[in-house]
Amino acid sequence: MPEDILVDIKRDYVLSKLKDEERIDGRAFDEFRKIEIELGVIKKAEGSALVKLGNTQVVVGIKMQVGEPFPDVPDKGVIITNAELVPLASPIFEPGPPDENAIELARVVDRGIRHSEAVDLSELCIEEGSKVWLVFIDIHALDDDGNLLDASGLAAIAALLDAKVPAEKFGLGEDYKLPVNNLPIPVTSLVIDDKFLIDPSRDEMSVGNRTLTITSDKDDNIVAMQKSGGYLLDEELLEEIVEASIKNARKIRQMLRNI
Amino acid sequence: MLASKPDRFIINGKRLDGRTFDQLRPIKIEANVLKRADGSCFLEMGKNKVVAAVYGPREVHPRHLQDPSKAIIRYRYNMAPFSVEERKRPGPDRRSIEISKVSKEAFESVIMKELFPRSAIDIFVEVLQADAGSRTACLNAASVALVDAGVPMRGMITSVAVAKVDGVLVLDPMKEEDNFGEADLPFAFLIRNGRIESIVLLQMDGCITRDELKQALRLAKKGAMEIYKLQREAILRKYILEEIDEPSGDENA
Repeated sequence: MPEDILVDIKRDYVLSKLKDEERIDGRAFDEFRKIEIELGVIKKAEGSALVKLGNTQVVVGIKMQVGEPFPDVPDKGVIITNAELVPLASPIFEPGPPDENAIELARVVDRGIRHSEAVDLSELCIEEGSKVWLVFIDIHALDDDGNLLDASGLAAIAALLDAKVPAEKFGLGEDYKLPVNNLPIPVTSLVIDDKFLIDPSRDEMSVGNRTLTITSDKDDNIVAMQKSGGYLLDEELLEEIVEASIKNARKIRQMLRNI
Repeated sequence: MLASKPDRFIINGKRLDGRTFDQLRPIKIEANVLKRADGSCFLEMGKNKVVAAVYGPREVHPRHLQDPSKAIIRYRYNMAPFSVEERKRPGPDRRSIEISKVSKEAFESVIMKELFPRSAIDIFVEVLQADAGSRTACLNAASVALVDAGVPMRGMITSVAVAKVDGVLVLDPMKEEDNFGEADLPFAFLIRNGRIESIVLLQMDGCITRDELKQALRLAKKGAMEIYKLQREAILRKYILEEIDEPSGDENA
């Protein structure tokens, strides 16, 4: 069980550093690791992005097809978000159908995109009631060095920005840019008692899975939240985390606009 | 299921079902309703009907899941196929798996699991009839069932949702408000010594401002305290018969 002993040592290290108001990698409490965004990495996909958050790497590909709308919204396209935590990305990931962590990740990313109305779904209607565009957002983890969620959320919206509707392939006229109207950015914090660390690394996560994700949109509205992990969250701390998350989201959004 | 969106959700200060913005739906709670389970609870919250059962602390199967330092908590939220308008395919879907995960985590922070190393505490909740807020109803029922099973906890878990409709925050949304509202925020709190201590579950989808989040939290806390009283009464009714002879008035509340 060498992994277990290492986790204990790392946890003690993270906690002892925290007593001195420091993080193990020297970052400020509300500071992200270096973010890199690369668009169009997968030519076979309608849109794609590779995001690196420090050593964490995620690639998201957008594929589009023509399909049927949901009966209650016959004039709108459909978004389907899926995440695969493939065993290549971490020694603790196992092959097989998505587990609760993969499902949670995909659903939290999906909520941010859906509720900020990032993709204008009414523009994706071909024939009301029978034919609309289905947009598949597939999240593929490559390297989990902590905070896959923010990397995935950022890669997803970046890939959507990169996406072209493949109308020509389906005999529906010329290709056009996927209409993206909002930029939801998830920001995850690791909660340790009365402190929080934004964008926790894998080593910091040895303290335990106790995170809070706040996704905010271009108008600083909150569009998704998720408390994940068995811990007690203080009300005042929640407010602080919301403020810090929105602030960070603004910076990242600006970065996204500049590529 | 396919009901169309109402034009307005709030008319003359009243919601579609006649409630005010800060009013809960009628709630009925009964503890100890199943014979085989170690603890159980039947709960109605509006049109939700849910039943919770607790088994354990008991041996862990499969054994490799056991933890030598504490009990593991398992939580299964399951919807009966007939619980919704259109038949739901039996078994866990992605939504149920996510709800089970966050609900399990809510209890992990409250159950004194270090008292029962190498064992499992299983919480099963079946949604027999679903309306909006079934996850909150399930958490409330599970909490009473855990007390009924005698599982030591740091306090009680009480859960309620807040929705935003027509730009107004409303407590404990019903189906229409949930489906067509602008935001949905399920909360669960740890209540100890009659006081809300912390948040144990928090999710949200929709679109709200920071101020609305604060308001929503205030509204949810108010609702949670009311539900907490009913949870307490349900337990007292079962165990301290002499103090509450007749189910006090909340039967048709």
